[in-house]
Amino acid sequence: MSLSVILLVLLALAVVGYVLGRSRALGSAGGDMQKLHSLPSYYGWNAALMVLIPSLLVLVVWLIVQPIVIHNQVASMISEASIEKSSLDLVMSDVKRVADGLDAAVEAGAMTADQASSIRTEFTDVRDRLGDVGVALGSDVNSETLRAAQRYREIASTGALLRLIVVVGFGLAGLAFAYMRSHRDFRARNVVERVVRWILLSAASIAILTTLGIVLSLIFNTIEFFRVYPAADFFFGLTWSPSFGGGSELGIVPLIWATLYISFIALSVAVPVGLFAAIYLSEYAGPHVRSFAKPMLEVLAGIPTIVYGLFALLTVGPLLVDAFGGGGLFGVDWMQGASSVLTAGFVMGIMLIPFVSSLSDDIINAVPQAMRDGSLGLGATHSETVKQVILPAALPGIVGAILLAASRAIGETMIVVLGAGAAARLSLNPLEAMTTVTAKIVSQLTGDADFASPEALVAFALGMTLFVVTLLLNIAALYIVRKYREQYE
Amino acid sequence: MNELTHVDEAAVSGQPKIAPAVEPKIVARKVQVFYGDNHAIKDVDVDIPANSVMSFIGPSGCGKSTFLRCLNRMNDTIDVCRVEGKIELDHEDIYDPKVDPVQLRAKVGMVFQKPNPFPKSIFENVAYGPRIHGLARNKTDMEEIVVTALQKAGLFAEVKDRLDAPGTGLSGGQQQRLCIARAIAVSPEVILMDEPCSALDPIATAKVEELIDELRENYTIVIVTHSMQQAARVSQRTAFFHLGLLVEEGPTDNIFTNPHDKRTQDYITGRFG
Ligand SMILES: Nc1ncnc2c1ncn2[C@@H]1O[C@H](COP(=O)(O)OP(=O)(O)OP(=O)(O)O)[C@@H](O)[C@H]1O
Ligand SMILES: [Mg+2]
Repeated sequence: MSLSVILLVLLALAVVGYVLGRSRALGSAGGDMQKLHSLPSYYGWNAALMVLIPSLLVLVVWLIVQPIVIHNQVASMISEASIEKSSLDLVMSDVKRVADGLDAAVEAGAMTADQASSIRTEFTDVRDRLGDVGVALGSDVNSETLRAAQRYREIASTGALLRLIVVVGFGLAGLAFAYMRSHRDFRARNVVERVVRWILLSAASIAILTTLGIVLSLIFNTIEFFRVYPAADFFFGLTWSPSFGGGSELGIVPLIWATLYISFIALSVAVPVGLFAAIYLSEYAGPHVRSFAKPMLEVLAGIPTIVYGLFALLTVGPLLVDAFGGGGLFGVDWMQGASSVLTAGFVMGIMLIPFVSSLSDDIINAVPQAMRDGSLGLGATHSETVKQVILPAALPGIVGAILLAASRAIGETMIVVLGAGAAARLSLNPLEAMTTVTAKIVSQLTGDADFASPEALVAFALGMTLFVVTLLLNIAALYIVRKYREQYE
Repeated sequence: MNELTHVDEAAVSGQPKIAPAVEPKIVARKVQVFYGDNHAIKDVDVDIPANSVMSFIGPSGCGKSTFLRCLNRMNDTIDVCRVEGKIELDHEDIYDPKVDPVQLRAKVGMVFQKPNPFPKSIFENVAYGPRIHGLARNKTDMEEIVVTALQKAGLFAEVKDRLDAPGTGLSGGQQQRLCIARAIAVSPEVILMDEPCSALDPIATAKVEELIDELRENYTIVIVTHSMQQAARVSQRTAFFHLGLLVEEGPTDNIFTNPHDKRTQDYITGRFG
């Protein structure tokens, strides 16, 4: 019984619950709404929620627990010998593939359900039979795997049936319970209110729990990495040269250097331009210009970063080469290829302009009009007012905005993958190609790396480092911005 | 309308305590102000005498602030606001294209309803104007200007040990006197005050009123107030506004003891507003 059927059944039950709960409550009041504690629809909602919430919770738990139970049951059927030959995980994924294949075969009509659960490798070439219905298996299926797969299907189908019964049972029980309670004195409104609060609370906790989950998975893999690679070499190593054959040097310093260098260039583009744009928009622009220019800037913020990456690779890089490359505009030979720290930094700066400008714009607008009036009333010009009163008053907020922009710059990936180059290098020359932490995370995890090797695991340590750095920046920024807000309340 | 009041006033004026100065500091004629389509000030004529205090009273929304802000062209900063008519300061039309509103505001200073010190030190708050206008040649000069302004505003004794402390850390009344000091520091000729005491307690109010009375000697002061008592205490002349019109203007005593217009009567006896 598929999941969608269960959900549809529950939904239908909820609708029934709504109608029944509402009508019973009304009935208990003799059809007079005034005599009810709550509006009739609250009784209906109470019943619908009573149907949905317990049964959905059970369903979620079931979905989590069932695979674990099946795994344990089936795993006990696998012999020590085959586990030694490869690993339990690999055998189990084979089992699962065969089981899925049998399902597909039954569905396609190539086998009857009986055949699927009774065929033996001794009599049938399972691989061929499954191949006929489009399920490709890598290796021949041995009898142990086939039997495990059949057992897997057995448990899974019993589980699905049980699941349907239990979940719908809970739905019915909830319906009955709510129906009994739907009486005119029952405080349905308060109950619904409480439930709504819990729903909102759980939505909020999901966001927090997800963050926690991400951090935990990073930490786990990072620890794994530090088991196979010394932490001191990672944090202080000046060379980054992974080689999948072993003997890699995985020093983070050149990557961090390039990350900070590119971010620095990006900020030196984005901060002045973004800030001046914000000052213009909030202080000088008339309502017409503002209503046109502000959305335009926000469109800039909506461009996917991969597009900026292409812009760096195809437009800005070649332009820079024309200027600084051999035989270029300046007649110097400083730049070899289109990829460079300057290319990526410049384009990233453009990407950050709307970020800086829209945050600063909000902050400048939050400076009370009384400040402006006070300064203008003393005979200050507009730009004197901006420079000497508004900017100092907005400064903490602007610093916060810049820190937020910096943490975006540090975490930016696509632009540096395309614009900065692939070689890790420690150099001061902004026209040279370098590579950043994020770009290396991408390259270490794509490809056929063995996930247990330090060359792959290092990606998690890099990610963790990045996470900690940006987290600290964000905390500092939020702290500053919040402090600034309080100042004018 | 205005001529009417002038005639009335002449007819009944026994002996005003302070005779209107022969030479008015500010002369406004047929002033109209529009906020978009909203006609906020209608045909206002008024003479503001030099070295005295004039108060504007009237119910909320009648245009007192709007008219006050015309006198130093602060309305220029509001996009939708349009001013017509003529306002002369010492016989010079302040809406003449040749006049630089920024220069004008140095001559006609302003103190606002809510104290609005800049988020800077007390010293820097007062030094702000003189610095912008280059009034001090060196550090000693500046110190002298700041100290004098603070003294004139009656604040120096209270803050002399903490000139480097932030201006926003003062009490409300002190902040308002700081704002007055800030306005005085650029040596204006006229000081406009828009309900300067409405955010203050009675003691702070008394101090500011006392200060206004002292400042009259050197400055021309226009004050908007909702307190009839305050108008009576500090001002020599009073103008009553109603729905954008200047209904009645005259010596303060006359306005309060012997108003001619029914609307003025109603307002000061508290029947509306
Ligand atoms: N910035 C503005 N934009 C548009 N209309 C305005 C603006 N400021 C004032 N007005 C309008 O002008 C009219 C007069 O307002 P004004 O602030 O001068 O009244 P007021 O006499 O100072 O009132 P209060 O005693 O409440 O301060 C009101 O109708 C108001 O709605
Ligand atoms: Mg006002």
